[in-house]
Amino acid sequence: MKIAADIFTIVAILTGGFFFLAGTVGLLRFPDTLTRLHALTKADNLGLGLVVLGLAPQTGSVLAGLKMILVWLLVLLASATVSQLIARSARRHGPHP
Amino acid sequence: MNIALNLALILLLLALAFWTVVARETFAAVAGFVSYGLLLTLAWVALSAVDVALTEAAIGAGLTGALLIGAASRLRKTEAAARAERPGPATRVLAAIVATAVAAAIAACVLLLPDPAPTLAPEVARNIASTGVGNPITAVLMSFRAMDTLLEAIVLLFGLLGIWSLGSDRYWGGRPGLAPVAEPNGILAYMARVLPPIGIVVGIYILWVGADYPGGKFQGGTVLAAMWLLLMMSGLLDAPAVSQRWVRLALIAGPAAFILVGLLGVFVANAFLAYPEGLAKPLIIVIEVALLPSLAVTLTLLLIGPPQRAGSPP
Repeated sequence: MKIAADIFTIVAILTGGFFFLAGTVGLLRFPDTLTRLHALTKADNLGLGLVVLGLAPQTGSVLAGLKMILVWLLVLLASATVSQLIARSARRHGPHP
Repeated sequence: MNIALNLALILLLLALAFWTVVARETFAAVAGFVSYGLLLTLAWVALSAVDVALTEAAIGAGLTGALLIGAASRLRKTEAAARAERPGPATRVLAAIVATAVAAAIAACVLLLPDPAPTLAPEVARNIASTGVGNPITAVLMSFRAMDTLLEAIVLLFGLLGIWSLGSDRYWGGRPGLAPVAEPNGILAYMARVLPPIGIVVGIYILWVGADYPGGKFQGGTVLAAMWLLLMMSGLLDAPAVSQRWVRLALIAGPAAFILVGLLGVFVANAFLAYPEGLAKPLIIVIEVALLPSLAVTLTLLLIGPPQRAGSPP
């Protein structure tokens, strides 16, 4: 059981790390604000979510796991809102609409 | 593995600090400073100083960052002119010498510390039982060095008075910031409806848990202040006129309660800010609970700046 949990943790965190890497590459390589935001949401939503899911079996208490999931949900809310705000501002003021 | 992580953290911190100093654009420097604060939070966690990490994230990166972003956007108009101005070589050499001397003095102070460094930690650990709280940081801040905490709260009030005094005479006692532009279906208004209930619970939780675990009134107060600011930024709520009685009362309630408890100590325990035997924990909780709203109001008003409009709605 312990080994299964560990394997799940390793796989989930590695996958999460991959999404963070992909998001960062996108942030650096994509040509304009909107596509860069699109790349970042992958890191925030999937990357952090997978890392949280992977860490949950290692916390040892349900409450700590739930707290981490709550943190992830709050990050989802904040990053979705901020992405919208940045995108609107970019559409209004940006050089390329 | 751990060493590699710590080394990466140190290198990133140094690189970000360097970037913040050399960035020519004010906004870029502020962005660097905020990321620097968040990374510094990780460094404090790596050093097991979770209380300091929380404060750094809430006040160092969050609140100071927001203040600096406000300053940068105000400076945008004059930035090109300021950048075109180049100080003469004498000024620059002098600035370099002074900066290097200060850095060298700080480095010398850190490097010449006796090893092991002088510490009061064993003393705190021996006497913590008398305060009734479980978190040594809270014991130091609220009992052994309560005077410092009291003065900190009062210094914030003076800072706020300084900011208010920057407003023009016409609007003295009026409302700070710009008039809210209500966009009731905007995404920010949605966020400002969803987040505050959670934020208020989290802020009070951080205060309450501070007795035994990392947390406390400053961190909790910052979270509450952030929620109020979010409501004002979204246009759902207008900033209060700073002459309103409840604003003034909320500002001084916390420090006043602190001073009253301190004076009680003079009569009951023979020293200012001394707690009577067995009553330390309840009194600490009274002070912390009284300080939380005061700090939240102070920090919010610090951020939204001097009064810029008439107090009564037009």
